[in-house]
Amino acid sequence: MAEPQAPPTQPPAGYARAVNDQLADVGEVLVAAVEEVGDMTLFAGRTMRWLLTRWPSRELIFSSLHQIGVRSLPVIALTGTFIGMVLAVQAYYQFRSFGMETRLGAMINLSMFRELGPVLAATMLAGRVGSAIAAELGTMRVTEQIDALTSMGASPLRHLVAPRFLACLFMIPSLTIMAIFMGFVGGAFYCIFVFDVDPYFYFHNAQQAAGAWDLFYGVFKSVFFGMAIALISCYRGFHCSAGAEGVGRASTTAFVQSFVAILVLDLGLSIVLDRVYFFLWPSL
Amino acid sequence: MVDAATRQHGPAPSDTPAPLVSAAGLSVRFGRQQVLRDVTVETPRGQTLAIIGESGCGKTVLLKTLIGLITPDEGAVSFAGQRLDRLGERQISTLRTRIGFVFQQAALFDSLSIADNVAFPLLEHRSTPRAEAYEIAAERLADVGLPSSVMAKKPAQLSGGMRKRVGLARALVMQPELLLYDEPTTGLDPIMSAVINELILRTREKHKVTSIVVTHDMRSALTVADRIVMLYPLSRLAPGEPQALFDGTPEAIARETDARVAQFVRGEAGERLSEMQGETQAG
Repeated sequence: MAEPQAPPTQPPAGYARAVNDQLADVGEVLVAAVEEVGDMTLFAGRTMRWLLTRWPSRELIFSSLHQIGVRSLPVIALTGTFIGMVLAVQAYYQFRSFGMETRLGAMINLSMFRELGPVLAATMLAGRVGSAIAAELGTMRVTEQIDALTSMGASPLRHLVAPRFLACLFMIPSLTIMAIFMGFVGGAFYCIFVFDVDPYFYFHNAQQAAGAWDLFYGVFKSVFFGMAIALISCYRGFHCSAGAEGVGRASTTAFVQSFVAILVLDLGLSIVLDRVYFFLWPSL
Repeated sequence: MVDAATRQHGPAPSDTPAPLVSAAGLSVRFGRQQVLRDVTVETPRGQTLAIIGESGCGKTVLLKTLIGLITPDEGAVSFAGQRLDRLGERQISTLRTRIGFVFQQAALFDSLSIADNVAFPLLEHRSTPRAEAYEIAAERLADVGLPSSVMAKKPAQLSGGMRKRVGLARALVMQPELLLYDEPTTGLDPIMSAVINELILRTREKHKVTSIVVTHDMRSALTVADRIVMLYPLSRLAPGEPQALFDGTPEAIARETDARVAQFVRGEAGERLSEMQGETQAG
């Protein structure tokens, strides 16, 4: 008698098949995301290697410093001023109900120094500069200018990425300080001239509340934000797909990913810096 | 394994100079899309090879693979006896200074002036003082028939033909041994195409340079090439006798066993439209 044969393997039907397909799609997306993170890390590593071995020309660095730093100043100053004023408007009635309106300066300063200054400056930089970097490098990719650089034996990372990276790294602390300062000015202006808060107590409390550590706290975070914006935007530009749509998508993705990176880094660095603070000054 | 091109060529004649650049068994895939499969080609020193083929058949990919801009999935490229896949990043960069690449749309750097574009390789690789680099740039621009007055301009201020000539001047500035042209006459009027063809010939004569020209312009291929090969979609390079094939003489057609080559060089639609419609419906 013949042995019973195993039933032939059949593809799952109906619901099971749909679940299988969904799982496969999710897996594909996850694998692509992991690959992208790995690729981006290698990209960052290669850029660092160039920065350690051969810097770009001074001409390129100064041009990037001007484009990224100097030209971002007006928009960051304006945003900082308005955020300071908005903080004053939002908090005034709460503080007045406790008779603590002279403490508004302390609240505005602390918010600007530790959180809003660096995050705001970084967000504006990601919007104004990050998108522009991705679009510019993306266009260079599409029009074969990056290939042309490589074909001439020149490194696109050294010529295109390194100067932008250095400019973001060096300029974002200054931009953050500008955002903080203008937020302070905007908040003080609105509280003193519109809400008629006593200027002596306003400035006295503001001075007492925020110190050197708070300034360091904000500026330190901003350095990481700057690095993330530069690397993500350059990477997006370098890996831009063909056509106008590809350039547009690279630009949008650069901003969205930079913004998410800023938020994630902000949380992580805040936790780390708080721990460092309590490690250094446990009694406080 | 004997590749398709070698089979078709037979043994190389004994008086053929040694190849400056050669590629063996190249296969390139982008994701799931196979662009090149088992392509073998070589160019003897001092000669001009034209690679013809239909749009989208992988001619530009082949050219970029020859200079290491694209890494093949299989096969290897050798330049002057050195295999590119065995070289480090820095060695490949040094080797690329011996090769000039003229891109389809010139690929000039938008942010730089024409002078800086042409002088770029000199400033990057040699410690040439800027003034001297500009002098050499002006000479190369004169070689391609452009006055020094264009040097202060930006690429966007030039016409397509002028940009291509600037691209050629930039490729020549390092006095390369090998020049790669990607569709040099595409998008140009017949007169400018003739000018570019003439420049390719003059460049070869003056600089004794080996050239590979990728084109689908048969007139251009016939004018500039010592040897023409056709890149089929995906598979192989088929050699042809240029003039005879272009004229479409019965003898040449009789010798050409593949009707598709004859059809391409004579520019006949043949069954392609119905084939393409079939592909569209199938897709």
